[in-house]
Amino acid sequence: MTDPSPAPAPTDRREFVKCASCAIGGAIGLLPMAAGVYVAIDPIRQGGGPSSVGDGFLRLAMLEDLPVGGAPVKFSIVSDKADKWSRYSQVPIGAVYLQQTKPGEVVAFNTVCPHLGCFVDYRASQKDFFCPCHNSNFNLSGALLSGVSPRGMDTLEVAVRNGREVWVKFQTFKANQAEKIPANS
Amino acid sequence: MFKKLKPLQDWIEHRTGAGKLAQEALYENIPGGSRWRYVWGSTLTFTLAVQFITGIVLWMGYAPSATSAWESVYYMQERVSGGWFLRGLHHWTAQVMTVLLVLHLMQVVIDGAYKAPREVNFWFGVILLQLVLALSLTGYLLPWDQKGYWATKVATDILGSTPLVGPYLKELVLGGADYGHHTLTRFFALHAGVLPGLVIALTAGHIYLFRRHGITPKKPLKKPDEYFWPEQVLKDAVACLAVLATVLFFVVRHHGADLGAPADPSSNYPARPDWYFLFLFQFLKYFPGHWEVLGAIVIPGIVMGLIFLMPILGQWKLGHRFNLGLLCAVLIGAGSLTAIALREDASNATYQSGVSHAANDAAVVKDLARSRGGIPPEGALSLLQGPKLFAQHCASCHAFDGHNGLLAKLTAPQSAPDLKGFASREYLADLLEPARFRSSKFFGNTKHANGKMAKFLDKHAADFAGESKADLAKVIEAISAEAKLRSQQQVDVRDAARIQEGRKLFETLGCTDCHSLGKWDPDDATAPDLTGYGSRDWMLSLLHDPSHARFYGEKNDRMPAFGKDEKLSGQQLGRIVDWLRGD
Repeated sequence: MTDPSPAPAPTDRREFVKCASCAIGGAIGLLPMAAGVYVAIDPIRQGGGPSSVGDGFLRLAMLEDLPVGGAPVKFSIVSDKADKWSRYSQVPIGAVYLQQTKPGEVVAFNTVCPHLGCFVDYRASQKDFFCPCHNSNFNLSGALLSGVSPRGMDTLEVAVRNGREVWVKFQTFKANQAEKIPANS
Repeated sequence: MFKKLKPLQDWIEHRTGAGKLAQEALYENIPGGSRWRYVWGSTLTFTLAVQFITGIVLWMGYAPSATSAWESVYYMQERVSGGWFLRGLHHWTAQVMTVLLVLHLMQVVIDGAYKAPREVNFWFGVILLQLVLALSLTGYLLPWDQKGYWATKVATDILGSTPLVGPYLKELVLGGADYGHHTLTRFFALHAGVLPGLVIALTAGHIYLFRRHGITPKKPLKKPDEYFWPEQVLKDAVACLAVLATVLFFVVRHHGADLGAPADPSSNYPARPDWYFLFLFQFLKYFPGHWEVLGAIVIPGIVMGLIFLMPILGQWKLGHRFNLGLLCAVLIGAGSLTAIALREDASNATYQSGVSHAANDAAVVKDLARSRGGIPPEGALSLLQGPKLFAQHCASCHAFDGHNGLLAKLTAPQSAPDLKGFASREYLADLLEPARFRSSKFFGNTKHANGKMAKFLDKHAADFAGESKADLAKVIEAISAEAKLRSQQQVDVRDAARIQEGRKLFETLGCTDCHSLGKWDPDDATAPDLTGYGSRDWMLSLLHDPSHARFYGEKNDRMPAFGKDEKLSGQQLGRIVDWLRGD
């Protein structure tokens, strides 16, 4: 037990037993912990977002649906979506504002505020975009007029195909950054 | 360096007393010194800790509902890296824990550690034993696979047969009259909330009472007294290491834990509980009809009651011997019943085939979940509907990759084409080899074996293998593109020009003498219309009525009109077609 023995052998043994206890105890505790942490951080390892089929453009509207020089019109983005084990066909994944600035020229904005991801409203009375969360507002070109957003509204690539079909490449971008960086990069 | 930390250590000690607590914990006296027989309690505490750690992380990936439980466990097992290992640790530690519980109980009874003043602690232990068994039972259902589903159904039906309160208890546990979403949410709340909470509280009490009364030394004492630290700690640590090694052995051998096919109330899966409840399952076979309550509840209840009363019974002169006898009888009885159950199952052909079918279903559904890029929102069971219907209605003539759609050998020789990869480029290229066309893989056992198509292929064999080889490839690409297969989405876009060319060559090569492509003309057609060949609509129309002039007409060889004759509903036909097309 605790009686200090003058012989070195028992003390050596006791030290060995202490070390061995700590080593084994540490190892057996560490293994399940490590396995748990490794699995828990899986989302960071997986990274990236869902990949889209084709060129990523979706047909959203016809030119005649958009008044020239008029108010932006909101369109839901409906697409196939994969989420962990599930695959969904044709579910809403976001929305865009489309605006025909000149005949045949369309601009598209993601409806999400670049600040912290709230849904930005179009205010017909003020003719602007307004984020109801932290009061950022943007003009119809998407530029920041006032408020805390680090950048203007996120524009999306638009293509007018076959004369009147409006196709948009829907993307989301990282929140609260001065630069527009795709969210899945 | 450590000296510098002294003030911090003192500060913490003054505020919390943690050091003193550790001191007390480590320097507990063990009369007669450390011994291997005292390790069981520590191994159980260790396994409990492993279950908490692994359980919490599994919780992060688990979605309790009838259409997401199996699916989320599948994702953890197959797609999350290291997920199988974590799941395996949790599963196999639970199994080992059951064994350790029995060993711990044996040690306590044999050493008489239940006697005064340790009665209350013994009762704590018996309750803990039951809580751990309840954790095993609730955990078994959570993957919502065939095994867990059917076993738990038996268990809850037993609960339902309890006199008076049974039906109410059952409904409470199931969260309704039948199995569904709320069965899982309730089982999960029990498994991850209520039961672990009780286990923590009782384990704390158990350890407190153990420390209060000290260890029950095995007499005669052979060595001088020792402190718990470090000699006993080392023995405990080595024992825990052995436990972990055992667990790891099974985890690696089984690549985690088994996940069967998703729960299917319409299947004939042979229900069996996990091995540690197998003795109770076997026991029930000896209690027919209304005697069942005796085997299911009364007798196990009496035995549990007697175990509970061991500290009281032990006070009698022969009490300890009675307790030893009881423990021996229970263990030998349970062991024998388990052995009988295992032997009966080993020689039970129905059970064996049920298990192997279920394993095939599991392999098929996992493969579909992977190859289809996920599971539809209605759950994994829906993925199995296509191959199941195929096995039942189509596999008497057709094969799928040489099997019946569910990996089982065909019961009759295949008389119609193997439909694996139907309408794909590879399928068509294979089909249009004259020798292959006549082989049993395609039309060899049908009357088309010597029909116009076979003769056409023979006649042009040299040309198709030589000069027109490249043209034929384009025609194949054009016909295959009609199917709009998901697996060919990218190549169909890439080869758009070749496909356009192929459509023109369709006529050049003489296909239009019998077939049509692009526009079907009822007056001109003598062979199936290939407009939209292999597409969902085309296949549904063919299944509706293969004898329709658009398809085989009068030349149809035995293929039933599944839709027209109402053999299968439109929805069922859709399931088969979606599965064949890989949608």
